[in-house]
Amino acid sequence: MKVMQERVSMGLNGNAAAAHAMRQINPHVVAAYPITPQTDCVERFAEFVSEGLVDTEFVTVESEHSALSACIGAAASGGRVMTATSSQGLALMWEMLYIAASMRLPIVMMVVNRALSGNINIHCDHSDTMGARDAGWIQLFSENAQEVYDNMIQAVRIAEDMRVRLPVMVTQDGFIISHAVERVELLGDEEVKTFVGPYKALYSLLDLQHPVTYGPLDLFDYYFEHKRSQIEAIDNCLPVIEEVGKEFGKLSGRFYGLLEEYRLADAEYAVVVLGSTCGTAKEAVDRLRDRGKKVGLLKIRCFRPFPKEQIIRALAPLKGVAVLDRSVTFGGFGGPVFTEIRSALYDVSPRPLIIDFYYGLGGRDIYVEDIEKAFARIEDVVRVGWVDKHIDYLGLRE
Amino acid sequence: MSRLKTWKELTPGGIICEAGNARTYKTGDWRTERPQVDKAKCINCFFCWAYCPDGSVRVDADKGTMEGFDYDHCKGCGICASVCPKQAITMVPER
Amino acid sequence: MEKPLEIRWHGRGGQGVVTASRILADALLREGKYFQAFPEYGPERMGAPVKAYNRVSDAPIRIHSGVTNPEIVVVVDPTLIGAVDVLEGLAENGTVVANFPGTPKELRDLLHFSGGRVAVVDASLISREILGRVVVNTPILGALCRVLPQVRLESVLEAVRAQFGEKLRAEVVEKNLACLRRAYEEAQIG
Repeated sequence: MKVMQERVSMGLNGNAAAAHAMRQINPHVVAAYPITPQTDCVERFAEFVSEGLVDTEFVTVESEHSALSACIGAAASGGRVMTATSSQGLALMWEMLYIAASMRLPIVMMVVNRALSGNINIHCDHSDTMGARDAGWIQLFSENAQEVYDNMIQAVRIAEDMRVRLPVMVTQDGFIISHAVERVELLGDEEVKTFVGPYKALYSLLDLQHPVTYGPLDLFDYYFEHKRSQIEAIDNCLPVIEEVGKEFGKLSGRFYGLLEEYRLADAEYAVVVLGSTCGTAKEAVDRLRDRGKKVGLLKIRCFRPFPKEQIIRALAPLKGVAVLDRSVTFGGFGGPVFTEIRSALYDVSPRPLIIDFYYGLGGRDIYVEDIEKAFARIEDVVRVGWVDKHIDYLGLRE
Repeated sequence: MSRLKTWKELTPGGIICEAGNARTYKTGDWRTERPQVDKAKCINCFFCWAYCPDGSVRVDADKGTMEGFDYDHCKGCGICASVCPKQAITMVPER
Repeated sequence: MEKPLEIRWHGRGGQGVVTASRILADALLREGKYFQAFPEYGPERMGAPVKAYNRVSDAPIRIHSGVTNPEIVVVVDPTLIGAVDVLEGLAENGTVVANFPGTPKELRDLLHFSGGRVAVVDASLISREILGRVVVNTPILGALCRVLPQVRLESVLEAVRAQFGEKLRAEVVEKNLACLRRAYEEAQIG
């Protein structure tokens, strides 16, 4: 493997795209544990380490709990730190996720979205990432391998921005993206190095001139105030994510926002979806537009923090919205994307009618035709004028 | 205890950046009994200093002598009196 | 937007269909095309029937669904014919590329396939003669190249060299390339 100084097009799957981003970012510490379908990313990065292409201290650990614990220690010690996981691995990191965010450590983690057991399944859905949506991490979803690469690089800048200092998850859909080879445009190594810039440590444990304590006992006198300041921190990072997306666009020609609106400007109906299904949904939108339907797509790139103002602006003028949820809130009123979108639109008047579809659990394929069905349903709902069934399913055998 | 800070005045993540700020937290008023030393019996063995869980036994390192107690932080646990090999420390009720 | 060309690969676990689909992707990269190469993942068992897929386009490919109606199917192992439905979802005017020790007509009769095109080559024989063992994923790329105008033989050869150049001895790489060239020459289309 040669060092690549220049920009280059490569055939890479999502895992390899993430590994190349990590190579170019050259973090101080990576601690990770392999898990399908993320393994390929960590293996490739380990190769980069063994070939001397990065200066990273690569820590092999005995579990994901240890992986994130090591990352937390390394980040608190003043290092630029990255890791990667999936599904059960993310679940095993559970308590450490909250600690990383509460300590305001700018760790970047690549998450390959995979269904949670049981029953055991290795394929894509969003139950792992969505289960961690309240942990205080920024969550960026990727539509394809190119976005995985681009998001990884931007995530470093977002996490380390002095206005943010929070951990970021960059997600990609298991197998659909992680194992599909696509054309990916890589920036030059130096360009990435310059874009992410040198790491600025804040409150380093290794700064012996300024000793600090991380994670002290925090009871009823201060815990609440600390959570309030954490709420402020994650809410404040929306403009930073937008700024970094613009700056990255100037460098690469690929601009990123919190959302992507596709043929939404004059639309009457929209689907809202995250991840790889966005590409498939764009095809569905094009096909329906060819048949004269006024339809569009709202792709949510940034789910945490939830960009509610931008979502209200995008969806308020519509007649009907169909949300596609790739994870279940058992016993809840619809999936996590639905409840959040519906809540955001509550104050809008008049507001669009909104329905939810569970789809794609455990890697169940989603086709253009499925998304056309979702559009047909929301059109029916609007014609009737009220929602008789809030939650339905796509691609399920009834 | 000083005024509690609002959420806007906190460090990110509640990180404590003033080393040794436990010194400002006076735990001496938790005490119901206070240790007293009879220096006539004391052999300056420093057992009390070594065992004190609160670092509240004052010593003069240059002279090698035990110099009494830091009553701002001593909680009155009595460990010093218990470990003293010469029974030079006694616990007396606070008034 | 133009629908991407879709290819489905049939092989058995261990025969390198996933690698073949990736080599094709690399060749398409060299042609400046957009592409996808992805396997159908399940339990990975040597010998079990496996599938892999490619999409090919002049524009970025957005769709991320599975391939259900391919324009081309590539059958890497002749024993799969009759064992799995290799024609499933293939259009009437679609193309079948197969490692097959017979004529296109014989394969058509076997598959009851009268439409489109059929390209056959005895990739097993070629690799046995040149490499001394049956390695079918590289030679079949030669036959595929004959019916896939989006990619030139030179690009496929370069992609194979890139794939194996660091892993295999130079002479073995050259033999793989020779298999590919010969399959390209010997493929019968009918």
